[in-house]
Amino acid sequence: MTDAGGSPVDEYDSDVEAAIREHHPALITYITAGDPSLADTKAYVEALDRGGADLIELGLPFSEPVAEGATIQAAINRALEAGTTPEGFFELVADLETEAPLLVMTYYNMILQYGAEPDVRPFVERAAEAGLSGIIVPDLPAEEADPLREACDDTGLDLVFIIAPTTEGERLDRIMSHVSGFAYVQARLGTTGARENVSGATHDSLARLSEYDVPKAVGFGVSEGDHAAEIVDAGADGVIVGSALVDIIAAHGPTGSETASRGVASSDAAAALEAKAAELKRGARRGADTITDDHEKQPEPEQP
Amino acid sequence: MSMEHEHDDESESGRAGTFGDYGGQYVPEALMPALQELEDAYERYVLENEDGFMDEFRERMRDFGGRPTPLQRADRLSERYDREIYLKREDLLHGGAHKLNNALGQVLLAKYMGKERIIAETGAGQHGTATAMAAAHLDMPCEIYMGRTDVNRQRPNVYRMRMNGADVNPVEAGSGTLKEAINETMRDWATTVERTHYVIGSVVGPHPFPKMVRDFQAVIGDETRTQIREQAGRLPDSVVACAGGGSNTMGTFHAFVPDDEVALHAVEAGGSSLEIDEDAGLAPNSATLSTGTDGVLHGAMTKLLQGTDGQIVESHSVSAGLDYAGVGPELSHLVETGRVVPATVDDEAALDGFHRLSRLEGIIPALESSHALGYLERAAGPAGETAGGQRPRDEDLGDLVVVNVSGRGDKDLETVLEETETRDLEAAPDVEVFDG
Repeated sequence: MTDAGGSPVDEYDSDVEAAIREHHPALITYITAGDPSLADTKAYVEALDRGGADLIELGLPFSEPVAEGATIQAAINRALEAGTTPEGFFELVADLETEAPLLVMTYYNMILQYGAEPDVRPFVERAAEAGLSGIIVPDLPAEEADPLREACDDTGLDLVFIIAPTTEGERLDRIMSHVSGFAYVQARLGTTGARENVSGATHDSLARLSEYDVPKAVGFGVSEGDHAAEIVDAGADGVIVGSALVDIIAAHGPTGSETASRGVASSDAAAALEAKAAELKRGARRGADTITDDHEKQPEPEQP
Repeated sequence: MSMEHEHDDESESGRAGTFGDYGGQYVPEALMPALQELEDAYERYVLENEDGFMDEFRERMRDFGGRPTPLQRADRLSERYDREIYLKREDLLHGGAHKLNNALGQVLLAKYMGKERIIAETGAGQHGTATAMAAAHLDMPCEIYMGRTDVNRQRPNVYRMRMNGADVNPVEAGSGTLKEAINETMRDWATTVERTHYVIGSVVGPHPFPKMVRDFQAVIGDETRTQIREQAGRLPDSVVACAGGGSNTMGTFHAFVPDDEVALHAVEAGGSSLEIDEDAGLAPNSATLSTGTDGVLHGAMTKLLQGTDGQIVESHSVSAGLDYAGVGPELSHLVETGRVVPATVDDEAALDGFHRLSRLEGIIPALESSHALGYLERAAGPAGETAGGQRPRDEDLGDLVVVNVSGRGDKDLETVLEETETRDLEAAPDVEVFDG
């Protein structure tokens, strides 16, 4: 972990929470592992890390990604066609050295099937061993999460829950009381995918969540630095960007099978990802500065 | 028969919405409040008949749907198999299949819930056409998601849905079949959940769908149980139904589950082989109950056709309506406890069953139902004439057997002609004569 910000990491419950609190406003990036190959993913993750990502989510591809829009569905198909397996994924993670903590985002069946029998523990233990800091499961609501939560608690991993625009009342209270790492605030109803503007639902959600003192990061539809600025200005501690980065990877290939052109596409994509991460991080900071200008105060650190 | 007293199927663990280890609600967070809302509506309207919901449902199923459907003694099959064979004629329901029981129930429920729009997935188009009919009947806007491959090979059903005023959205992803159509309908629902109801087509998906769909389909078994007592004077020794997702299966079996003396046979599509080709991500069958392993797909823990890593494989059956890599969680549970016996019938034996019923009884069955008839032939047919499949001759069918004819086969004629030409089928007519 980095020491930027000056606070010792053990002030926080986890390195995921620390990454958001200490680098406020945080940039969280998602790409699909194995798109278009695990070797490319390694280069892309390192580029995002250089560009200013404070947390990096890596998608472990599953054949039925019901929460994803067209962009990430296509990335998952490319990764599966490239033969990406859970074991290959874990080897990639073990091989990565990044400032930013890494999280895995995958569907519940992939976690269940990792061991010989359907059981979440072998996956969680392997994830911890490989150096992952947390898990996000888009098809696992809090009601079904006890076995995975226990396994994560035992291994020190964060299990990040998604808060939807429809999450309200008692369920919201219950989920917020169990927040681990950060609250993943879904900006709008629907699936993942880059959008042209920040939805009104985002502002409503952040207003609704303002009373909870947990790190809040907003995803689903965020694609530009200006979005990041607006979301941070509205009270988020971080922004999550996925499809806009996956678009960059898709635009760079693989266009041919020749190794030489592949290598060029890959390094071009890495440079573009690094630049995009930097733009988003600048946008997020701009949003935080607006808050400072408007309200004459720094973003709140966690209460002791 | 009423459903008001049937709260006895919660799991031992007591968690709502599970059947033993199976079931649950594995869905994106955004859908959880909608499932809660649906569960409340299911309990009030379906289980407690609030505002006379079930009365209206039954009345519409009678006047619009044509219920009750007959239980018919099959004279020539009874002679061939030397025992009493009765057919539950769901092929005579409006639309030509049992699918309307569920579609009309859910569209009516959506209306009671104040929803403004209906969406549904469809594979072969049977559930899509039933939903489109129900939506037209009840004046609700309706959109159907259907895989591109299925759209191309099931044109008549696409036209039927459009005739009834539904929009049909082709799904380009993956292999363009049922699994992808369900994924895309779930994505639509996650976007529009506040005013839209998703009419899921089988006893699959997150709680409360498996129970609710079963309860709408349970009319099949309820009627059968009463009819067989009137006509044969006792309960049957066995009940046979085909199983894909399992809605006709659970609908037929549900009333008989407490009758320990009645054997329940769920017949799955054996396709062309029972082996999974993991490298290709293909299972040339849809024999989930017989060969599947436990996992989570489309909102429920159930038995699945999957590779060792957890990727779902593409299933196959000559019958599009059975072609699915999952199965209802309650059926997984009933198979696990031994109450339901799974069996498989391959494409060829199903085609033979199709031709045999057409020839002997003057009833052209759906290819789905033909699997149940193929099983009957293997389990009870003349010795030495078994036509492929996994199990040997099965003596436990007993003397009085009910087979659910879940749908009629008009939709399958093209497939049957194509498939019959390439095979040497015992019961088939000479199909050369059909060629233009």
